[in-house]
Amino acid sequence: MGLTLAEKIISRKIGRDPSPGEIVVLPIDAAMAHDGTAPLMIKSFEDMGAKRVWDKKKAIFVIDHISPSSNEGTSALHKMMRDFAKKHGITLYDVGEGICHQILPEKGYVFPGGVVVGADSHTCTHGAFAAFATGIGSTDMAAVFASGRLWFKVPESLKVNVTGKLKRNVTSKDAVIYAIGEVGADGATYKAVEFTGNTVKGMTMDSRMTMTNMAIEMGGKTGLIASDSTTKEFLKGRIDVPFIELSGDKDARYSDVLEVDATSLEPQLSCPHQVDNVKPVSEFEGKPVDQVFIGSCTNGRLEDLRIAAKILKGKRVKARTIVMPASREVMLDALREGVIEELVKAGCAVGVPGCGPCVGGHHGVPSQGEIVISTTNRNFKGRMGCADADIYLASPLTAAHSALNGMFTVPEGD
Amino acid sequence: MEVLKGRVWKFGDDISTDLIIPGKYKFKTIDFNELAKHAMEGADPKFASKVSKGGIIVAGENFGCGSSREQAPVVVKHAGVSAVVAKSFARIFYRNSFNVGLPVVECPEVVDRVKTGDIVEVSLREGKIKAGNKIYSFKPIPTFLMTILEDGGLVDHYRKRGGFVWEREPTK
Repeated sequence: MGLTLAEKIISRKIGRDPSPGEIVVLPIDAAMAHDGTAPLMIKSFEDMGAKRVWDKKKAIFVIDHISPSSNEGTSALHKMMRDFAKKHGITLYDVGEGICHQILPEKGYVFPGGVVVGADSHTCTHGAFAAFATGIGSTDMAAVFASGRLWFKVPESLKVNVTGKLKRNVTSKDAVIYAIGEVGADGATYKAVEFTGNTVKGMTMDSRMTMTNMAIEMGGKTGLIASDSTTKEFLKGRIDVPFIELSGDKDARYSDVLEVDATSLEPQLSCPHQVDNVKPVSEFEGKPVDQVFIGSCTNGRLEDLRIAAKILKGKRVKARTIVMPASREVMLDALREGVIEELVKAGCAVGVPGCGPCVGGHHGVPSQGEIVISTTNRNFKGRMGCADADIYLASPLTAAHSALNGMFTVPEGD
Repeated sequence: MEVLKGRVWKFGDDISTDLIIPGKYKFKTIDFNELAKHAMEGADPKFASKVSKGGIIVAGENFGCGSSREQAPVVVKHAGVSAVVAKSFARIFYRNSFNVGLPVVECPEVVDRVKTGDIVEVSLREGKIKAGNKIYSFKPIPTFLMTILEDGGLVDHYRKRGGFVWEREPTK
């Protein structure tokens, strides 16, 4: 019997084949906490009486959720992180560096076969690099900071097999939203979601990360994609371990397989207030929109900003539009290419790399009754800071076209 | 922690961590008593003032879905809730609950049979819930998680034992 990609990564760590449901203890290659979770982690670490961080090179802090701080309470928590990082000699990526899930791969913490834990549910993003990457809570993270190891239940795997060529107005975001609609918000709970098929194989790393990022929105423990030449190209010069190609075996056992025909996919929306409430954009064509957000760990990468700039170039948005690059590196690339200039000229408010309006902690909070189109990953009631706003999740293509027209628009394709 | 007896507070499916403790609060403080004033606010704005010590939340599928914020089980516990019974839990919430010392139990059968105001008794060791005259069984909590729970959560567990249970004995 072959192994799924998740099982293969685990087997390389424990030196034997694991079976789903079994509890294993794994060594951790990268452990990250951000300003929403690090303060509690620090409290747990200190309350435990732990003295030192197990490996200074593998423990990372990122200030991205409320970044820069908007109030004294948050500032105190940020300071708490800076003080801890200094005391223990660990790396802290401070205000302006970007979103944790973009920074970790960029800075070489993520590699095929690695085990990555983050005190953030979207840690599954890193599975795009064939790493076993999953979200944990603050106290679990304190245990990792103290010992460098953690227990896991070996997951079953759900295969999402995407085949065929996407239409010009359809992106990986539409494909993953569609899959979530099919699987349901809890359809993959405790499972690894392995994205396969020639469509995924043909995607850029930016597009692949959008898919694994949203594995948690179907309950997945992690999202995974086999590593190949595209992965290798991205990681070149970034990682200091040898690159390896890893994929699930053909005869591996999957608990379920979802076949997605890319050729027939239309632009999709996740409608309020559940990510699995999925409908085609065409059903909403012409509906007015108040705010558009392009950014986040789902769709704040260079590819996404390029799409928006191409659509908005020389024109003017009719809806309030906020753009946040996912990282300093993304922002610099976008600046050099003139992407940021086009977006600013088109009337977008371009902000500091970070999570921005996605989590409702600071700037970009919508008002009561407002309609938001967002390229993020969650549309729960109150997610963006206002319980009476309606959030629709969409691709950057749909978001940019809708921003341009001030209403829901089926994109033409870039 | 043998038997937990309390008043039921009923909730539906997909109660996300954004509903349990909206993100806007968690970035400002880690004072649990302050945060607990907002427990379940998104699902029932008055919950924190209504619930009394020992209350038991009973909910549908996928309780605690969404973000990894550990503040979610923390505020539920600090609001006075002694256990959460649900048809199913989101994975991270499930782990976090044991780590903060909040018992959580998957028992789909009992959920549709009780309503807010009922009294139920949850026996963690035995894997049984008594509601009215009926007894419902659930799959026992793994031994190593019971150890963490009985130590009062992962922080006290480590303080007490100087290490983690999963490093010293086979995890079942």
